[in-house]
Amino acid sequence: METGMIARELNLKVMSGADKNNNATGGYTGDLLSDVMANAREGDIWITRQVHQNIVAVATLKDLAAIVLVNSCEPARDTLEKAMKENVVIMVSSQPAFELSGRIFNLLNSSK
Amino acid sequence: MKLREIKEILNAEVIVGEDKLDIEVKTAFGADLMSDVLAFAKAGSMLLTGLTNTQVVRIANVLDIAAIILVRGKKPPAEAIALAKDVHIPILTTKYILFETAGRLFAKGIVGCLEKVEAGSERI
Amino acid sequence: MRKASSAVWKKLKPEVNASENILVKNSFDVDGGNFDTAGTVSTRIKSILKEQGLPSDVVRRSAIVSYEAEINVVSYAKRGVINLTVTPAAVEIAVNDEGPGIPDIEKAMQQGYSTASQQIREMGFGAGMGLYNIKSYSDRFDISSEVDKGTFLKMIILIQKP
Repeated sequence: METGMIARELNLKVMSGADKNNNATGGYTGDLLSDVMANAREGDIWITRQVHQNIVAVATLKDLAAIVLVNSCEPARDTLEKAMKENVVIMVSSQPAFELSGRIFNLLNSSK
Repeated sequence: MKLREIKEILNAEVIVGEDKLDIEVKTAFGADLMSDVLAFAKAGSMLLTGLTNTQVVRIANVLDIAAIILVRGKKPPAEAIALAKDVHIPILTTKYILFETAGRLFAKGIVGCLEKVEAGSERI
Repeated sequence: MRKASSAVWKKLKPEVNASENILVKNSFDVDGGNFDTAGTVSTRIKSILKEQGLPSDVVRRSAIVSYEAEINVVSYAKRGVINLTVTPAAVEIAVNDEGPGIPDIEKAMQQGYSTASQQIREMGFGAGMGLYNIKSYSDRFDISSEVDKGTFLKMIILIQKP
């Protein structure tokens, strides 16, 4: 499912990469960068509360479809600048990780 | 929902608390950052995490967490198991990643919990 | 050069009166750097407060602030002492550590600000929420620190709200 569609369905605020419409093929939820580096798959939409600029590098290296920040966490300023420069999609949700993961998982499943 | 049903939904293995599968749970909190758990998780909810150290059990005890669900097939070290038995906190482990664990539980009606901490106290 | 800084946050007027009837007075040592035993003092404090029959909200908030403070001592300091005092009106938790101190308390109080090492972060700590959580969960919170010397925290959780 396209990230733009997920944003619309779940009312996510798009912070960067608005013109990109990556295809999200799965999801990964996690706050430890080493875990995400090791276990996320290409095309995953990544759900986290980490706002540090290193998340952009992880998303780029792993070819993740988008980063979604939970609990209304805003990306740090240098994170946003980096994401814009590297054209990485960052979106923000007001929901906690459990609920947002639940909704995205079921959204992706229903579109299969 | 009973913890027993959670176990079925997640094809989970019970590591601690085989005798506690009849407790009722309605909410879950998923996180890998312990300070977030301390800030936001409500008493009585399940904690979904990929962390297995003894601190997870201590925090669950401090917060009156109903059960710990370890994701990605993680197994806790012996000290964490011993502590969980001591403080009577069930630990289950599922092979699903946190994303799918949340997805499966959410689809069955478990809801998220976010305890709002009153921020911005008066400064003197 | 040493630099001292301090700050006080409060939501309510201080209610602990020294002349009041003291129900519990306990002192616990905390080992800096020892993550195996980190949290044991707070677990102990929680059971002491439970035995006193305090409301579950008071027990929970006291356990959370003491846990966060204990983790801070373990993460940053050489050693520390946690003093627990319970009166009919309030739970007081005071933490004194010998360690690097905090050069800028205002900054340290911000959500997300942390100087934690990678090792601490991989354990799930050091997300820059500790002091913020302590402030949020206590009714009164004092902090003072001297660089290269140590940090002092005092948290009060009221049992009877005025």
